[in-house]
Amino acid sequence: MSTDVAETPAKPAPPQKEDSFLSLFLKNLWSANTVTVTFLSIFLALVIGAVLIVISDSEVLSKFSYFTARPSDALNSSWDLISQAYSDLFKGAIFDPAAFQAWFDGTGTWQAAFGPISETLTYATPLVFTGLSVAIAFRGGLFNIGGQGQAVIGCVLGGVAGFAFSLPAGIHLIVALLFGLIGGALWGFLPGLLKARTGAHEVITTIMLNYVATLFLGWLILQKGVQDPNRSDAISKAIKSTAELPALPSPLRVHLGIVLAVLVTAGVAWLINRSSFGFELRAVGVNPPAAKTAGMSVAKTYTLLMVVAGGLAGLGGAVQVLGTADKLTAQVAGNIGFDGLLVALLGRNKPWGTLLAAILYGALRAGGNLMQVDVGISLELVTVLQALIVIFIAAPALVKAIFHLRAARSARLGTSLAKGW
Amino acid sequence: MRGITKRFGDLVANDHIDITVEPGEVHALLGENGAGKSTLMNQLYGLLQPDEGEILVDGEAKVFRSPRDAIAAGIGMVHQHFMLVPVFTVAENIALGAEDVRGGPLGILDRRRNRRDVLETSRKYGLPIDPDALVENLPVGAQQRVEIVKALTREVDLLILDEPTAVLTPQETDELLGVMRSLAETGKSIVFITHKLREVKAVADRITVIRRGRTVAPSNHPAAALDRTEGSAFSPDTSEDELAALMVGRDVNLEVTKTPSEPGREVLKISGLVVDDDRGVRAVDGIDLTVRAGEVLGVAGVQGNGQTELVEAIMGLRGIRAGAMELDNESLAGMGTKKILSAGVGYIPEDRSLDGVVKEFSVAENLVLDMYDRPPFGNAFKLNPKAINESARERVTQFDIRTSSAEHAVSTLSGGNQQKVVVAREMSRPLRLMIASQPTRGVDVGSIEFIHNQIIHERDSGTAVLVVSSELEEVCGLADRVAVMYRGRILAVVSPDTPREEIGLLMAGATSPAQASPDAAQEAAAQEEESE
Repeated sequence: MSTDVAETPAKPAPPQKEDSFLSLFLKNLWSANTVTVTFLSIFLALVIGAVLIVISDSEVLSKFSYFTARPSDALNSSWDLISQAYSDLFKGAIFDPAAFQAWFDGTGTWQAAFGPISETLTYATPLVFTGLSVAIAFRGGLFNIGGQGQAVIGCVLGGVAGFAFSLPAGIHLIVALLFGLIGGALWGFLPGLLKARTGAHEVITTIMLNYVATLFLGWLILQKGVQDPNRSDAISKAIKSTAELPALPSPLRVHLGIVLAVLVTAGVAWLINRSSFGFELRAVGVNPPAAKTAGMSVAKTYTLLMVVAGGLAGLGGAVQVLGTADKLTAQVAGNIGFDGLLVALLGRNKPWGTLLAAILYGALRAGGNLMQVDVGISLELVTVLQALIVIFIAAPALVKAIFHLRAARSARLGTSLAKGW
Repeated sequence: MRGITKRFGDLVANDHIDITVEPGEVHALLGENGAGKSTLMNQLYGLLQPDEGEILVDGEAKVFRSPRDAIAAGIGMVHQHFMLVPVFTVAENIALGAEDVRGGPLGILDRRRNRRDVLETSRKYGLPIDPDALVENLPVGAQQRVEIVKALTREVDLLILDEPTAVLTPQETDELLGVMRSLAETGKSIVFITHKLREVKAVADRITVIRRGRTVAPSNHPAAALDRTEGSAFSPDTSEDELAALMVGRDVNLEVTKTPSEPGREVLKISGLVVDDDRGVRAVDGIDLTVRAGEVLGVAGVQGNGQTELVEAIMGLRGIRAGAMELDNESLAGMGTKKILSAGVGYIPEDRSLDGVVKEFSVAENLVLDMYDRPPFGNAFKLNPKAINESARERVTQFDIRTSSAEHAVSTLSGGNQQKVVVAREMSRPLRLMIASQPTRGVDVGSIEFIHNQIIHERDSGTAVLVVSSELEEVCGLADRVAVMYRGRILAVVSPDTPREEIGLLMAGATSPAQASPDAAQEAAAQEEESE
């Protein structure tokens, strides 16, 4: 062979001129990474929400009938309405400058000043747990629609343990939380086992178990020993104070559950990224055949994963009862299981992302309350906003096209949850 | 195509490439994985647009915005991964995108005419297909034929085949090579993208070699047999060694150099093994095999004769019907994959992207995929990221895995480097038995040499090695003994020096006429043709 052919290995590319930190930052800011898309999705949802606010207000809408004659009327009143609505959203969710001013002046209380953030965190707390439940299951390739049912069972067992046992303070709380955790774990174990043993799709089985759990709760709270003897309607006895999650003084509602939620988020992050089980679940989640070939048991991983996911949602239910609700009603779990799905999607199935998404959801909910009271915009608008955010997140290509984002180099903007089927 | 340049960010995938394809020729486009062959052809087919340069069809400059433009200009392409709808029939798939419709834009499909067109094309070019068969029921080779017929019904003059043989059995490959020749004889031009030298030698009229985005010009290589009048292309008389060297830019040793083996104790002993495949059909039908320490036993055979099931049974991935498997006199049956792996068995699975690596995982994570819960990488409870990353850095260097960082996802690596990750993982722990199934499938020439040397190195350190491959050359090159598998049985165990024709006949089941069915006879005939 001629020596001409033998070529020295490719010379390393000449070192590129290092971009300054700022230009690199700006470049990445405008690329379609997950953070940018998430923020732009929220922005787009607020824009569409603004249009809806104007349309839903007949007084402002009427000014549009003579838009061509005096456009300023319509535009000014629209602007007033929108800015009022969104500033209420902010004041109700984060902080109200007026309340702070009053506190400093001595005319208001510190409770009023911190009221909005307390409300936000109160609404966010259970969503952190149910969101984490969905997120961790999804990382292992399972679509846990059963967060609702698992949370309901968590409510039931946590609640019953909360009023039926008599234990010292502290211990009673821990026992009640554990009951909720175990109840949810059992409710997750069933579909996990069915999936592992028979291949029954977890979406179907968890949805069915949601009905079972909800209807069981409805039946249970009318039973003797559970129902509040002084009431004729469907409401249980109150949780004993020894089992309640310590809260800030009334009227603030935020309780120790949010601290627990942060700790659990850290725990889940560790479990996913640093534990052997996390390694297994991530491998099984993206490539079950390779996991099997590497000696992992896919069936065992699925079962255990559903136990963990169910436990998280169950804990969320227990926290809701022991921290906020204080008694069992048919609607005690609200929609926390289903909202958990959206929170996990918004948080991209990452533990800390899920925590932030839950807080955003809590903020929208808390702010929506004030918006409803103050401007008379129905709370449903908040639900619409939440839905719009999720739609944009689920369709990143749409956001990319609207803002002409350049394709991110490595960020994989798959439709993360939609791939679950 | 003249002066074609295509950049992806900082990477120049094609750097001023000139290539001319004459009517009626088979033009091979040869290069390693990632050399830029597919990028070049995707521009010709309108899937990508060149940054510089122009495409001339019959002397006229054309701009292809989409495959539709390319097809209109008479250019068709068959992709490596087929673009067929599995639940449609052959005729429906062929009609897809160019349906015959009666009665205006909202009219009805003219199925009868579709079917007739398909049959006509199929007859005209000697490509037998059944227009009513469902695509999902067809073997891979037949699906590929459907793709070719689909392109031909669009009346293309130039057909691009992107690594068409990567998914085919040797028999199907030979058939395809024949089809390519006969298409060329009818005046069609064919561009044949590949990195398999034997196929190029067998079928190409001219050869263009691409290395790192550039054509390798013959003028730089006085030793190569050139045909200067034909631009940058080589004649098929260029030897395989030379072509391989041109592809990788250095001399490549295609022959495996090894010393005679020194077989020791019997490490793996299989007797009377019976295994069923997924459909419950007998795949392994009573096999006796022994692999000794310090030797390589090669299993040769056309794919689909039970090799996959045999290997999966040994690894505990598939249940067995009857028989015994022993590793150093300890039964493997019912042991479970995890225990088998930790008993000192290394496994390179045949389907790398499905079974071998988790593409979304980093190189470091893939390097411990079956050792993450063993010290020093971790325990049953937690991982030790420090040990994982340190060992990954070492092994990336030791096994020459080309990646800028062990933190990168394996999906960013080329096929050859992904396979090196698997090899590095399986060979960096003490082994008693090594099972390598299709160890170099879809791997570039440079990595093939490296992987072969690693396998021989493992043998020389006293490990028993079982190599399964449908590439006869690979089996004969690596093995100290060759077992020929046909329809779930071992027909013979022969020396690797046995003439290839003889082994080829065994692969077609020819030594046992009692078993040979008509299609076995056909296979045998195909083998004979090939060996001529």
